[in-house]
Amino acid sequence: MELRGIKLIDLLKSIEQKKISSIEVFNYFSNRSKKYNKLLNAYITILDSGSHVPISFKDNFLTKNIKTTASSYVLEQFIPPYNSTVVDRLIKSKLSILGKTNMDAWAHGSSTETSDFGPTKNPWDLKRSPGGSSGGAAASVASYLSPVAIGSETAGSIRQPASWSGVVGLKPTYGRVSRYGVVAMGSSLDSPGVLALSVEDCAYILKIIAGKDNNDATTSNEKVPDYLSLIKNNQTFTIGISEEYLKDVSTKIIENFFKTVEVFKKLGHNIKKIKLMDPSKSIAVYTIIQRAEVSSNLSRYDGLRFGNDRSFFGEEAKRRIILGTFTLSQGYIDKYYKKAQQLRTLIINDFNNAFKEVDMILAPTTPTSAFKLGEFEKYPFFGELMDKLNEPSAISGLPGISIPIGLDKNRLPIGMQILGKKFAESEILSLAYQFEKETDYFNITKELLKQYPD
Amino acid sequence: MKKYYPIIGLEVHIELNTISKMFCQCKSDYFNKKPNSEVCPVCLGLPGALPVPNKKAIEYTQMLAKALGCKLNTKAHFDRKHYFYPDLPKGYQISQYEEPFGIGGKFELKNKTIHIRRVHLEEDTGKLIHESNASYVDFNRSGVPLVEIVTEPDFDNSDDVKEYLEYLHLLVKQYLKISNANMEEGSMRLEPNISLTTSLKNFPNYKIEVKNINSFKYVQKAIDYEIKRQEEMLNSNKIIKNETRGFNEKKNITFSQRSKEEAKDYRYFPEPDIPPFSFTEKEFTLINLPELPYEKYNRYLKIDKLTEYQSNILIKNTVKANLYEKLSTKFKSKELNSKIANFVINKVLSFNSKLEDNLKAYLNLDKNIPEDIALQINKVFEENQKAVNDFKTGKENAIFFLIGQVIQKIGNKIDIEKLKTIIIKELKK
Repeated sequence: MELRGIKLIDLLKSIEQKKISSIEVFNYFSNRSKKYNKLLNAYITILDSGSHVPISFKDNFLTKNIKTTASSYVLEQFIPPYNSTVVDRLIKSKLSILGKTNMDAWAHGSSTETSDFGPTKNPWDLKRSPGGSSGGAAASVASYLSPVAIGSETAGSIRQPASWSGVVGLKPTYGRVSRYGVVAMGSSLDSPGVLALSVEDCAYILKIIAGKDNNDATTSNEKVPDYLSLIKNNQTFTIGISEEYLKDVSTKIIENFFKTVEVFKKLGHNIKKIKLMDPSKSIAVYTIIQRAEVSSNLSRYDGLRFGNDRSFFGEEAKRRIILGTFTLSQGYIDKYYKKAQQLRTLIINDFNNAFKEVDMILAPTTPTSAFKLGEFEKYPFFGELMDKLNEPSAISGLPGISIPIGLDKNRLPIGMQILGKKFAESEILSLAYQFEKETDYFNITKELLKQYPD
Repeated sequence: MKKYYPIIGLEVHIELNTISKMFCQCKSDYFNKKPNSEVCPVCLGLPGALPVPNKKAIEYTQMLAKALGCKLNTKAHFDRKHYFYPDLPKGYQISQYEEPFGIGGKFELKNKTIHIRRVHLEEDTGKLIHESNASYVDFNRSGVPLVEIVTEPDFDNSDDVKEYLEYLHLLVKQYLKISNANMEEGSMRLEPNISLTTSLKNFPNYKIEVKNINSFKYVQKAIDYEIKRQEEMLNSNKIIKNETRGFNEKKNITFSQRSKEEAKDYRYFPEPDIPPFSFTEKEFTLINLPELPYEKYNRYLKIDKLTEYQSNILIKNTVKANLYEKLSTKFKSKELNSKIANFVINKVLSFNSKLEDNLKAYLNLDKNIPEDIALQINKVFEENQKAVNDFKTGKENAIFFLIGQVIQKIGNKIDIEKLKTIIIKELKK
């Protein structure tokens, strides 16, 4: 049976129909992962055996008895004594851990280059970054080393690598999916999510991982609907587009973006121009809040436990700790942190107003397609700029999904994001699903997989 | 020599006796447990672990704040307080800074009011154990709920401080029952801050804090020592700088621990892992408080007509107070309350089955005589001391007067001849 490119839900069906055994499926992915990892460096750890369909986990998800590093030398020897809630729920749903994917160290970055274990390569062009921080996750799905990948996003870390690597990336509402057992980055922002080749797989996984967790006080009691059946309702929506999100975006991306908008019009959706706050405004807000939380969250790595001491922190982590410590210091907290929180409220209100007029918002995911490895060193706030279009929705806790909308002239994937109201995952998944059915993302995933034979 | 006025404030930490810890399911009773046996990812501060607040601990804190006359905040939240220490696994302590559960209460001394600035909830730290040239960390105590009560600097002497502390101890241990308040186990820790001023209009520009004292006696000694030490310094024109000091129990002196000049910046910010709390005033009115010590005191004094001394003793021992109330309800006689109180205070160690008989014996009541009759006889004797004395000095006819008085009280419950025998027996006791 030819497995390459088959959706997770179809793999599960084939196993149910006894066309293939789950162990065969596990071995298939384990072997593919080992075969291509030397080339892509998508994984830090690959498991040899497992009894169910495997999926990859970003290495900031704690896995009991399996090394979890968050791609930092500080945790190089850390073997967790417990599973994160997301890992637990997936294991209970008869999925296996395939491996732990590479990421920017502590999820600090947008290129996977700050990993202490070397950068991950973009499967579309090995000289380029897959994006980040969930770069290993995106690469593992794009090259079908894993049918789906669990990633996490603080602001852009799922959507941006999904866009650069040509896969679907779902960042759920903050509080929809438990953060328990995920190495904390920006605690008021971190959202575990899914990267996959199809919207259906995202819906399938979200149903499993979403919902109240008694170990995470910030998870919501909001009911978890059956996403997989809801997305097939063929609803029509009013979709907003804001000029502010099209500034400084490459021409080819704009071109594909409007080509996609035409598809939505054809599908019967109502497109409406709306006004949103300039997303650049959120860069400062995001930077201050996230750095403050980072400086606090990394204080536990004090060298007494977990193996390596603080001298093992990389440059980026040190920079963030210093900036965060500064903004929380006496005399500065009002000037920076509190002001940032006030502006954050304004940004949230801005979205709330927009959602009075429209059901969803469309925007490009990133201003450019994948950068070459090494480029980021030239820009001190590279990540923040790359994630500019993801930050306003992230600091507002909104759900977003990035979907591939074709390739640019360098044969690099382009992504578009759909932003929804809080807990409206079923709506954004539904719109993305309609697009997938209509276009199959212009067949880009199939094209890439030709380069990665079994 | 100038006259100095002491300005004293107090911070008190009390461990709550909830079953589980503040932010996880581990047992909060850590005393005498094997080191690191009551721990989990949360109280060990492992990567990815998240705090989930203990509702009971919040209830307890609000109860205490209400009992201290505080305003309960309808909006409250936890903050992170950052500092590095080996017993603090996360590198920050989850505490309350901007919106604590309670603010602005008071405690009444005889002729002075002590204002309570705030009552807030936080987590305890682990414990360092220094042994044979090595240091170890025991995290069993890490995450135990800890309530902090901060007063305004309203005290001016160590006796008042002691009185306040004893009241607080009584309140949390015997009345609200929210803490074991065991001093030896360190579940109540006291930190006075002391400075001196020459004029009560001007606050001094320095503050000396004495940390982590675990006995009322030592707090008094530390305060008295500080007043003397600071007086001497000021008298010799020395400038006193902000400082944190410890107390040496053997020498009864305080000693410098660290200069507050290098004051710590805790970089407080709202704890993002715990959503802020929102309460209604109605919820606050529903917080049930038991009768508080001062309320009980006033009732004993005014309604039960006990003496100040008796009331004081009884409110400080709720076991005795309960016994007293049980017995006094049984005998339903205001006149006997005082005697019952004395009996309970002086003769009773704990509840036992012979208690009532013992009390009757104490009250000189014959246990073969029905209670109500015995009581009334006793009362008549009390009211007619002259007749009693007449009988005892040989005027036997006085007996008929006394019989008449008793019959007036009890009616024809008993045969007159029998009553006469009883009364004579009682009179001869």
